[in-house]
Amino acid sequence: MTDEVILEVKDLKTYFMVDEGLVKAVDGVDFQLHRGETLGIVGESGSGKSVTNLSIINLIPVPPGKIAGGQVLFHGKDLLKMPPHEIRDIRGNKISMIFQDPMTSLNPFLRISTQMVETIELHQGLDKKAAKAKAIEMLKLAGIPAPEKRIDQYPHQFSGGMRQRVMIAMALSCNPEILIADEPTSALDVTIQAQILELMQELTRKLGTAVIMITHSLGVVAGMCDTICVMYAGRIVERGRTEEIFESPKHPYTVGLIHSVPRLDQETKGRLYSIPGQPPNVIDLPDCCPFFPRCEKAMDICKKKYPPSVSFENGQSASCWLYAKEAQNA
Amino acid sequence: MPDHKVLLDVRGLKMHFPIKASFFSKAKNFIYAVDGIDFQVRKGETLGLVGESGCGKSTTARAIAQLYKPTAGEVILNGKDLTKLPPQEMIEARKNMQMVFQDPYASLNPRMTAGDIIAEPIRIFQKRGLIDMSTEERNDRVEHLMEKVGLSRFFKNRYPHEFSGGQRQRIGIARALALNPELILCDEPVSALDVSIQSQILNLFKDLQDEFGLTYLFIAHDLSVIKYISNRVAVMYLGLIVEIANAADLYKNPLHPYTQALLSAAPIPDPKIEAKRKRIILTGDVPSPDKQRPGCNFYDRCSKHMDICKQARPMLKEASPGHEVSCFLYHKPE
Repeated sequence: MTDEVILEVKDLKTYFMVDEGLVKAVDGVDFQLHRGETLGIVGESGSGKSVTNLSIINLIPVPPGKIAGGQVLFHGKDLLKMPPHEIRDIRGNKISMIFQDPMTSLNPFLRISTQMVETIELHQGLDKKAAKAKAIEMLKLAGIPAPEKRIDQYPHQFSGGMRQRVMIAMALSCNPEILIADEPTSALDVTIQAQILELMQELTRKLGTAVIMITHSLGVVAGMCDTICVMYAGRIVERGRTEEIFESPKHPYTVGLIHSVPRLDQETKGRLYSIPGQPPNVIDLPDCCPFFPRCEKAMDICKKKYPPSVSFENGQSASCWLYAKEAQNA
Repeated sequence: MPDHKVLLDVRGLKMHFPIKASFFSKAKNFIYAVDGIDFQVRKGETLGLVGESGCGKSTTARAIAQLYKPTAGEVILNGKDLTKLPPQEMIEARKNMQMVFQDPYASLNPRMTAGDIIAEPIRIFQKRGLIDMSTEERNDRVEHLMEKVGLSRFFKNRYPHEFSGGQRQRIGIARALALNPELILCDEPVSALDVSIQSQILNLFKDLQDEFGLTYLFIAHDLSVIKYISNRVAVMYLGLIVEIANAADLYKNPLHPYTQALLSAAPIPDPKIEAKRKRIILTGDVPSPDKQRPGCNFYDRCSKHMDICKQARPMLKEASPGHEVSCFLYHKPE
């Protein structure tokens, strides 16, 4: 990880118009990604993790979606304002993605070779033969046995773990600067998950790729990520270095999340800690702290105003009135 | 606390599914989903069944519930072999054994209200004259159950789509409790839920067990969930139980190489521990259960395999009191 910022997301807002009202799926998200960094975005379903990342590469379906504001600066250029042909040069080339479900993210009608060679030809300007050689090399790197043979097979001839390896090979084939991995191992078994995570870590380190890792699993971020952003109801509620977030979580939601997972390495005596209530309905959310109905430490001010982000000395920050000075004054 | 009375005794259970080229042709091949397993569940305890997809956990639960007709073996619940019961007695036996399913979206009828869903098991038994209950009593029972699982009784007339995933799972649990069963077969009941909701539901399972003295066969693929909920744990691989022991014992001292790999592969939510851990990374995928192997099913992926492992199948035997493992590292072939 270096100090060079390659991607900067500023006050990103992505809204969806649905029949019931306005869904602020992402509502003012900021973060920076440094070269070679692995950033984890953690949250529960509906917290806006995936929408954030689809917004970055401008893949939000319009309508019903709309990027209502903000900037996504990649090397200083705003991806959200780029004309379609320019962003196509970046998507899949400089910024590539791996999705959760390897069954649906590969085209079942096309051979792996067709799907991989196409991307490499297009972005790297190689001819067909050279592109295929490159594809085989990438499959080999991703640990696919006999890649010369396997490349001419169809996706259904691969197992779930193998398909995810193909996806990784494909995503890294153009030496991207950023890899966005959206729940890359959630559909996989534990032993296969360990294989895939190790492969991702090894390859991205080797190629110097920065990774945005979207996941709901705290175990995965603990092992993979340098920094973490915790999302709740469309906003980042806490961020910081991985060790610090786990050692001293500040936001009551992060605290609850960390304590509500049963641990493999510890004895849990009695009941498990659990956050009461349900995740909020994000339709027409009022401008208060969306966590207050579930929060043990909720105060009056939490119901009135969204808390500002408070920074701590170690670089960690949390959006919570517990730490905001205004709360004490009010 | 579990006593020593055996509630469920599974002996030599096999479930083979035929693969047919067409409906009329004769089956030449089989999927050996469950290939001869033995275990006991004692009254009041939770037996966790853990393994990866395709290892036969769900098939085991369904074969116990007689939703599949087992190919071979006995399923003895309260001293009665369910596989040999005539249909009428089987229905009565079901009263004692209910299921909670994984997908809270698919396991509830979208056209029935929450109250009707919970009342349905009672209604079915009423129709057959097995339960004597007035409509009023039944309504009271439904409301009582809803409160027990943490749902407001005012939600009785709502439809499943009006509930969140966690609440739907609560409806599923209330339905399973409706007939006051002794045994509940839980098939991945928390794996579709978010972390914060998962812990609520796990606590609910524990509370209900304490209150009603329930016995669970709890299936999950998440090792930490199994550790939290279970008294004893059985690890399955490719249709067989490879290790069964007390939860504390199994997690502290896993014997089978597969259990060891499984435990080392599971991520731990603590960056300091993660940075120091050494993983046993298994190579390859779980093989297809479409053939019976003469040797150990885990042979191809095992780092400690010996010649004997390819020739003979290890039996599940006690390695230390209460800790059974099927591996030649711990007992020599006969």
